[in-house]
Parts: sequence; structure tokens; C-alpha cells
Amino acid sequence: MATSAVASAPRTRPAARPTRWVGDHIILLIGIVVLVYTFIPIAYVIILSFNQPTGRSATAEWDSFTWSNWAHPCAPQGMCSALSTSVQISVLSTIIATVLGTLMAFALVRHTFRGRATANVFIFLPMATPEVVMGSSLLALFVAGGFNGVLGFTTILIAHVMFCLSFVVVTVKARLVGMDARLEQAAMDLYANEWQTFKRITLPLAAPGIVAAAMLAFSLSFDDFIVTNFTSGNTVTFPLYVYGAKQRGFPPQVFVIGTVMFLVSFVIVVMGEIWNRRRRAALRG
Amino acid sequence: MSRLAAPEVAAPEAAARRRGWGWVLLVPGMLWLVIFFLVPTIQLASTSLYDPSGSFETGYSMTWHVQNYATALSDNWHLFVRSFLYAGIATVVCLVIGYPLAYAIAFKAGRWKYFMLVMVIAPFFTSFLLRTITWQAILSDRGFVVDTFRTLHLLPSGGRLLATPVAVVAGLIYNFLPFMTLPLYASLDKVDPRLIEASADLYSSPFTGFRKVTWPLSIPGVVSGTLLTFIPASGDYINAELLGTTKQFMIGNRIQLAYLNEKDYPLAATLSLSLMLIVLAMVLLYIRRAGTEDLI
Repeated sequence: MATSAVASAPRTRPAARPTRWVGDHIILLIGIVVLVYTFIPIAYVIILSFNQPTGRSATAEWDSFTWSNWAHPCAPQGMCSALSTSVQISVLSTIIATVLGTLMAFALVRHTFRGRATANVFIFLPMATPEVVMGSSLLALFVAGGFNGVLGFTTILIAHVMFCLSFVVVTVKARLVGMDARLEQAAMDLYANEWQTFKRITLPLAAPGIVAAAMLAFSLSFDDFIVTNFTSGNTVTFPLYVYGAKQRGFPPQVFVIGTVMFLVSFVIVVMGEIWNRRRRAALRG
Repeated sequence: MSRLAAPEVAAPEAAARRRGWGWVLLVPGMLWLVIFFLVPTIQLASTSLYDPSGSFETGYSMTWHVQNYATALSDNWHLFVRSFLYAGIATVVCLVIGYPLAYAIAFKAGRWKYFMLVMVIAPFFTSFLLRTITWQAILSDRGFVVDTFRTLHLLPSGGRLLATPVAVVAGLIYNFLPFMTLPLYASLDKVDPRLIEASADLYSSPFTGFRKVTWPLSIPGVVSGTLLTFIPASGDYINAELLGTTKQFMIGNRIQLAYLNEKDYPLAATLSLSLMLIVLAMVLLYIRRAGTEDLI
């Protein structure tokens, strides 16, 4: 990836003066080095998914090669059910947070009302609150509300929707602010009614912001450990499973799941972009 | 994520902004935030004033025990200082390495722009805990990093990386870098490259051009990036727990211990609320200094 990215950049003076070339591309090179650095742990995760550890180890160190982790990914007890719990919670909280947050973003960008500025600040507050504070105060609320016995799926879901909401609102709002409202006025001038305008103009224009917000919400929810740890009761999500396994001894299959998660989301994002490019090309005719 | 909140919008959008019943759209989400964010926070504030002599079993009595704050802060001030120090260093390093990355993506990546952007987000796709655990392996005493550092005499022969402040800060930098890069990219991407060309046409050096044109235009991204990095980093306890020892523990570790292990709720609430208020005060001060009040 590194070499092809460099090669694709326009060359000012071919090879004759390599120092000059480096000077022109120094920022791109730094950027690529930073990206490579962010991939070191990912590479480790992939490598360790083929590891056969000797004995139960609390750290993750290479011993010998095996396919068996990939052949039996669900062998460690409880891991795959934790994964399935995580997927369910993140899908549900993404849907709820994206719908509620998008409505809020529309209200804040498209309408004026008393207290709009206060609402903006209030929505920002959860993002300025460290997770450990949110998690602990929610736990206190659930305990005081007599929900102690039912801590689990529902309480995790409630918490995840709560901390995803602000991120959704901010992301969708950024998109709406950049949108040219004259396009909607033009649609109305051309006798589209409110609903048609919304469906054919507003929603497609806002879609990239909404999709980005949903992706962000999903990854925040799926990956959350701190808030979940406080609100989970006996329910185990994948991050909680990994944390628990860390204390007991570490099944190498968690790295298989990590690798699969990485590959699946990577493929989804790349396919989405290919689809997007085709659509844009088709629109251009 | 590009900006923390919309500034008062320019003419075309303002024309479309309507009075009336639009605020109804806000109600469901606001209710959620009020019940599950505001109410718990208020409750937290009242818990922090309980009589500390009670316990989880016998119950607490509300005595407006303001001394809780004095005790908690004087016992734990070093944890607060350490947390803000670690988070501050991590934020500065993230800015220093995230800015060239965001700049490269916005202006230099050409048709690889989207691909590089995906690469920035990609680490998010594997679990945060797994990534931190692999850092544990990478920085371990038998790992190649420590070997290399020892060979290069950057570390004494018995020196370690794991279980040091360096490892904890490195973990924070690694885990929160995308929170810096993405807002920076979003605001750099909006900078018109013709402005930079114009500054070069007017005989400014690339450095002056950057200082007078690009940097000022990217300030909103710098502000939201530093906030989105500093806030979660200052409350984090996973990096300190997995990459450090109790000597590197941050305030998050203390709060988690007080809540989940010691079940000393007044103490935990006091520390939580102090952390929240200090962070909030720092954020407001910072936004005011940066001259970007319209961000909120």
C-alpha cells in the first residue's frame, strides 16, 4: 500500500533529483509512516490468531503455528455468545441513536425555537464527560431505581444509545449545515410537496452524514468497555469477555474474532465506496 | 465530528430555518439524554455529599457532607495531576503526528484519499482492548521493541518499557489518534487549495503560507480534535491498567476501584464529579482562549 500510494502521487521531476522528490512528498511519507504505525497492533492480532500458546497465559506471546483457532473459532466457552450479544446491542443502539439523533440534528439546524443554544450545549455535555463518570452515574441510577436485578441487555442498550446520541447529532449536523438549502427551495418551486422534497432531495443529500453517524455509533457501541462494565450486571459482551479472559488466561480465538471483525468491516467500507463511485459515475451519465 | 456544533449558519441555510413545531423532533432524543444523562449526573452530585460513614449495606444518609470533596481531592490530587499530564502529553503528540497525516490525506493523497481515510478508521474495527493487549505483547520485556532499544542504548540493559509511564502514554496516543485525525481532516478538507496557491503566488514561503493560511483555517479541527482526544484520555483507565502498574494509575482507575471493588459510593461520586467539573472548566477555558466559542 505504501509504495503504490507514493507512486500514484504526481512526480514533479522524475528521479533526477531524489532529494527534491522526497522534499515534495515528505508530508505524504510522514502520513504513511503514521498509518503503518497504527497497523502494527492489527498485524499482531492477525499473526496471533494463528498462535498455539503453550499453557494458559495471561499475556499474548508467540509460540507455534496452528490452524486450529480458525477451524474452531467458538471453542472457548461463552465467547461466541458474548460476540452475538455485542452485535445485537450495537445494531439496536445504532438504529435507535441514529434515528433519534438525526431528528435532533434536523430540529437544531432547520428550525428556530427558544432554548436552541441551550440544547446545543446540553448535547455537547455527554461528549465532555469521561466515560468512567457516565458509567458510574448510570449504575447509581439503575441501582437506586431498583433495576439492580435487571442489569443486563436493556441497561447496556440504554447506556449505549445515550453516549452515541451526541456523536450522531454532531456528525449529522455538520452535514446539514454544509447543505445548500436552495436545492430544496428549487424542488418546492417545481411543485414538489414537502414529503416529496424530503424524500427526493433532503434525505439523499443528508445520507452521507447519516451513514457516517451510524458507522461511528456502531463502532463506539461495539467497542465500548468502560460504560458497559458498569451497566452490564451478569451479561457479557465481547469486550467484557476479552477483559475477563485476560484475567483467567487467554484463548487465542479472541484474535480470530478480532481479525474477522477487521476484515468484515474493511470489506463493507470498501464495497460501500465502490458502490458510491459507480452511482456517482452513473449520475454523471 | 467535523465540528463540535454548528456555528450560527450563513445566509442560504438561515433562509430555510423555520419557526413553529420543529422543536418536537428534538423531544425523544432530549428525553433520553435528560433521563439517562442529566438525572444520573444530578444524582451523582447528591451522592457525593452523603455521609461517608454509611455503607452499601446499611445505606447512606444525606448530610451535605461537603468535606467529602476536600478529603477526596487531598487524598487523590496526584492522580488528577498524573491523569491530566498523561492525557495532555498524549494529546500534544497526537496533534503532532495526526496533523501531517490529516494534511497528507486532505491535500496529497490524490485518488488514494478515501483509502487512506479508511485506514485511519480501520484500527477501530478491531477491539480497543485487543489492540491494547497486543501493545502489551509488543512492548513486553522479550519483545523486539525492547531488544532494539537496548541494542541502540536507548534503554539500559535491564530497562523496560512495559509498566512505565512511557507505555501508558504510548497506549493513550495510539488509542485516541483517530479522534484527532478525523476532525483535523474534516476541517483541512474544507480549506480551498487555491488559497494556499495564492499565498505562494504572493511570494510567501511554504512555511509562511502554512502559518498564515492553512493553520488558521484548520483551527476548528485542532480544537475539536484536541478535545475529543484529551477528554476520553483523561478519564481512561484501561491503558494504565494493562500497560502500567499501580504506580501509573490514573484517576479513572481510582474511580473504578471505588465503585466496583470498594463500593465506596460517596468517594466514587465525589471523584467522578470533580473529574467532570475540572474537565468541563478546562474545556470552556480552552475554547475561550482558542477564540472558537461559536463551536458550541
